[in-house]
Parts: sequence; C-alpha cells; structure tokens
Amino acid sequence: MNNIFVYCEIEKGKVADVSLELLTKGRSLANQLGCSVEALAIGHELSGVEAELFRYGADIVHIADDARLTPYLTLPHTSIVVGIFKEEQPQIALFGATTLGRDLAPRVSSALKSGLTADCTSLEIGDHSDTKGNEYKNLLYQIRPAFGGNIIATIINPDCRPQMATVREGVMRKEVYEYAKTGEVKQVDVSKYVSDTDFVVQIIERHIEERKIDIKDAPIIISGGYGVGSKENFNLLFELASVLGGEVGASRAAVDAGFVDHARQVGQTGVTVRPKLYIACGISGQVQHTAGMQESAMIISINNDPNAPINQIADYAITGDIADVIPKMIKYYKKNSK
Amino acid sequence: MTKPLKIVVLAKQVPDTRNVGKDAMKADGTVNRAALPAIFNPEDLNALEQSLRLKDKNPGSTIHILTMGPGRAAEIIREGLFRGTNGGILLTDRKFAGADTLATSYALSCAVRKLDPDIIIAGRQAIDGDTAQVGPQVAEKLDWPQVTYAEEILECTGDKITVKRRLEHGVEVVTCALPIVITVNTSAPECRPRNAKFLMKYKHAKTMSELQEQDTDYYANLVNDRCYLRIAEWGVTDIEGEENQFGLKGSPTKVKKIENVVFHAKEAKRLQATDSDIESLMKELIENHTIG
Repeated sequence: MNNIFVYCEIEKGKVADVSLELLTKGRSLANQLGCSVEALAIGHELSGVEAELFRYGADIVHIADDARLTPYLTLPHTSIVVGIFKEEQPQIALFGATTLGRDLAPRVSSALKSGLTADCTSLEIGDHSDTKGNEYKNLLYQIRPAFGGNIIATIINPDCRPQMATVREGVMRKEVYEYAKTGEVKQVDVSKYVSDTDFVVQIIERHIEERKIDIKDAPIIISGGYGVGSKENFNLLFELASVLGGEVGASRAAVDAGFVDHARQVGQTGVTVRPKLYIACGISGQVQHTAGMQESAMIISINNDPNAPINQIADYAITGDIADVIPKMIKYYKKNSK
Repeated sequence: MTKPLKIVVLAKQVPDTRNVGKDAMKADGTVNRAALPAIFNPEDLNALEQSLRLKDKNPGSTIHILTMGPGRAAEIIREGLFRGTNGGILLTDRKFAGADTLATSYALSCAVRKLDPDIIIAGRQAIDGDTAQVGPQVAEKLDWPQVTYAEEILECTGDKITVKRRLEHGVEVVTCALPIVITVNTSAPECRPRNAKFLMKYKHAKTMSELQEQDTDYYANLVNDRCYLRIAEWGVTDIEGEENQFGLKGSPTKVKKIENVVFHAKEAKRLQATDSDIESLMKELIENHTIG
C-alpha cells in the first residue's frame, strides 16, 4: 500500500524509454521512502513486458490486457488507472509528459481531485511545514521551471494523494536496476473498470510516423537561438553540423520565429539532449533551454554578448559573430582532421 | 447534414513570457508582471480559429469565450468579438484567486454547466504554465470525452464530430459523439485577423465593472441600448459550485519555493573570434576526441 506507481507506455510490445526512465527514478525514490514500485501496463499482447519492467525496478506489475485497450484511448485507460489508484492508494504516481501522458494524467488527477505537476525536471523527497504549524514528512518535491523559465518552482501536494507528476522523455536517466530482478504480476480484471461508454471516441485512421528529425541521440548538436537572426543564417549551422557529423537544434525563440522546425527544439518544451558536444549559437541561455542541454559533456557558446547567461554553463565561450566564427571552425576542422 | 452548434471556447489572458525583457524580474527575484504585456494565449487563438471555421460550416452556430481572470481579461473576449464570436463570459472573483489547474478547471466546469454547450474548444496549453492540464480536467469534471492535440476539426454532422490529432509520432483521426472537449495544438491554422465590421460593432463592448470605471454615463447608456455590448461577469455565486473547491482552497498543489534562476558557477574559457583562438580550439577538440 501507498507505493509509487508508474504508468508505462507500451507500443507494439515495446516499453517507451520515458517509462523506463520513470521506473529508474521511481525506484530510487522508493528506496529512499522504503516502499515498493508498481508498474501499470495497459494494452494488448503484453506477455513478456513484465520482465523488462522488473529489470528497471518494478516490484509489482499490473497487467491489463484487452484488445480494445490498444491503441490508447483516453477513457478506458483513465477508468483503469483511476480504479486501481482508488484501491491501491499510491502515494506517488508518475507519467511520461508525452502526448499520451499529458492526455491521461490530468484526467486522472481531476477524477481523484489530486494535484498534478507537469513537465518536472527534478523529483526529490523532502519535508514541509506550513504556516499553520502542520508538519509533513517525505513529500514529493516536484521541481520545474515556470513562468517562461524565469523561475524554478518547487511544487508540493501536502494533503492529496497520489502526488502526481509528469516528466518529459530524456529528462531522467534510465538504468537497469537488477538484471535478474523479478516480482509479482497482477492481472487486472478489465471488465471491472471499463464500460462500453468508455469507447465513445473511435480512432478511424492512424499513421504512426517515426519522427523525421530526431536530435535526441545525436552525439554533436549545433544549436541556434533567436540571435542567429534568420532562416538563411541557420544554413551555417547546418553546414557545421554536416561537417562535424551532428544535428541542428534550436531554442524555443528560434522555433517560434520560424527559423527551424519544432522537432529541433531543445529544452523544457522540446527535447532534452545530452550530446558529447553542444555548440550554442546566439542562444542567450534561458533556463527552459538550459534545462534541456546542461548535461551535455561539453558546451561551447558563440555569442556577441560576452555576458550572455549561457556562458556561465559553457566550457568555452567565444565572443563573436556566428557568421565569422562558424566558417573558421569549419576551415580549421578540415585543416586539422585526418 | 449540419446543425447549429453551441460552442464555448476556453481562453486565457497570459503574460507574454516569450518576450521577457531585462526588467521582467524585480530586484527581489519575483516576476514583475507589470513589465510583461498581457496577450491572448497563442494556442487559444488556434482554438478560436477552429471554432470560427466550425461556425462557418454550421450556419446558425454560436461561439462564446469563457475566461477566468482579473477585470482586464475582458480584453480577450473583445478580441473574440472582433473576429466573429457572439459573446463571452468573464469569470472574475477574488475567491477564484490562487487557483491551480484543478481549481481552475472546477470553476470553468461549473460555468460550462450553466452555458450548456455542445462543444468546448480550448488551446492545448497556456504559455505561462505550459501544463496542458485544464482541458482534460474540465472534460473529466463534466464527464465528457476529450480529444487533445487537435490540429483540425474535419467536420461536424448530426451529433458526430471528426477531428485530426497531431501526436509525437504521427497523426490520428478520431470520431466522437457530442458533447466533447477538444484542445487545439499550435500546429493548427493561425487565427484570422480582426474583422473591420465586427471591430466597429463591438469596440465599446464592456463588462459592468469596466462601465463603472468610466467617468461618463455615455457608455453605460450605449450598452443599455445595445445589449450585445454587455460582456457578462460571473463570480462564485453565479456558477453555483462548492466554495471550498475554488481558488487557493480548492488547489491541492502548493508552491513550496520559488527560486530565481541561478546558473551553476563554472568558469568558461574565454575565446575570441580570431583565427588562432578558433584553430587551437578545433585542434583541442580533435585531440580529445570530442569531434572527428
């Protein structure tokens, strides 16, 4: 009872990375709290997924297997999650901040009248005392940038359970907890929770396209901000990326200005990346951007403004114009590489 | 076969967090709201456009904007009128203050019950919080189905609506019976500009509070003569909810701590855009196998 629950997204028998990342995080929080981790696997043809969920730290896997449960539909999945949560009374519930998780989690929180914090960048356990003298032990600190990234807010749910949070893919690390770990499988009686009215929304067409642009796994990312100035100037970044074997990323400001596609956006509302080299061109370094790239192994900033905030997390800060610096980088890379 | 629809658009006036200037933060580290212009939340404009297109296709339909906020949020109801909506309701009451997404969705759902629409259309998320929670939370409170991440409402015939969704990995076309809550993505078409005729007709549309702030009775008389200029203002007593579910009291999430953004201090190696600096950097990166 009062365990940590992780809703696991499963497509064609494959568990989403974000769900494994949440299991890893859930496991470490559970070890701190001395409770168990329970995974929810809702879909169809799920045999075998439990092994992977155990390996990443789950102690109990609830399997709700029914042909009608895949592809994902809001209402039947909500009914199952809400039903199980009412019985099991989790203290913490984690969801991926994906299009699925951001559709499901608010619905569940609304049904349970519990608080939900979106797009957390960090989850910690801590205590709280309020102004009325109430003391709370071991709350979930849900930490996220807010107000356009100008502040970092720590959100708590002192009185309501579960304490719910969503986290974007790539923000937490995924790590096998124990290769040989096993646990308990609980088969969910789907008909107990789901009614025919839950199928009022019907999917009549569905094409799953792989993301055309995927910068998440690129070892080198050349990223541009509003300071790059134009779509044309981004060509310089693409040229450097192609020479170095990397991908082009961007800040939200550059995407909003229409310089590049949204799929390239790095940061809190884009993707989180950890390349071995991140070159930030004309990016001032607002926290919602740096939240998505600060764990890069090496950061080089190119900026006209020697005092740009990005320079504070950079390993190298080049003061200058990208139109001047990038061609020189290309020239000297070509000259010196074998 | 089309039929007239009662549409409610949920919209929010937000500080323009995308254009944060140097004076946006006060010396004590709190946000200086006054320095940020208040705008129509961008994705709510995408939602408004979808509602207007639906009205164009289903003649006789009506659109009302429902928004919660301080008195100045009446501005976005006017912006709606200038583009072709029929009216709007401003939920404004000190008892709504301090609401998190759950308390906000509770207040909105109470107001929606009074309006009794066929369709609710909202932006996916607001730029001041980026949570994307209010749409689904309202749907749950009404016990209505939801379609999130909508890019286009394809058609609405009889009691059935067909919607194209844009997801991370592709697209989905779904169909559902009314009533329904739809939240619209930024990938949906941009909102049409103001219409000159509507601008002339509605430029003096005002809430009662706004009329009371005027020095003359001119506008009050005008609004009395032309009832379409009256923007409704509702407080907690108008929407018949449980008072402990509104505002701060009805908000399970609390803000424990707010930190002004501070970067980890780390000394960056400073370079200039000179040939020698760049060449030595590239050599270093090649030698330590970062590149190449």
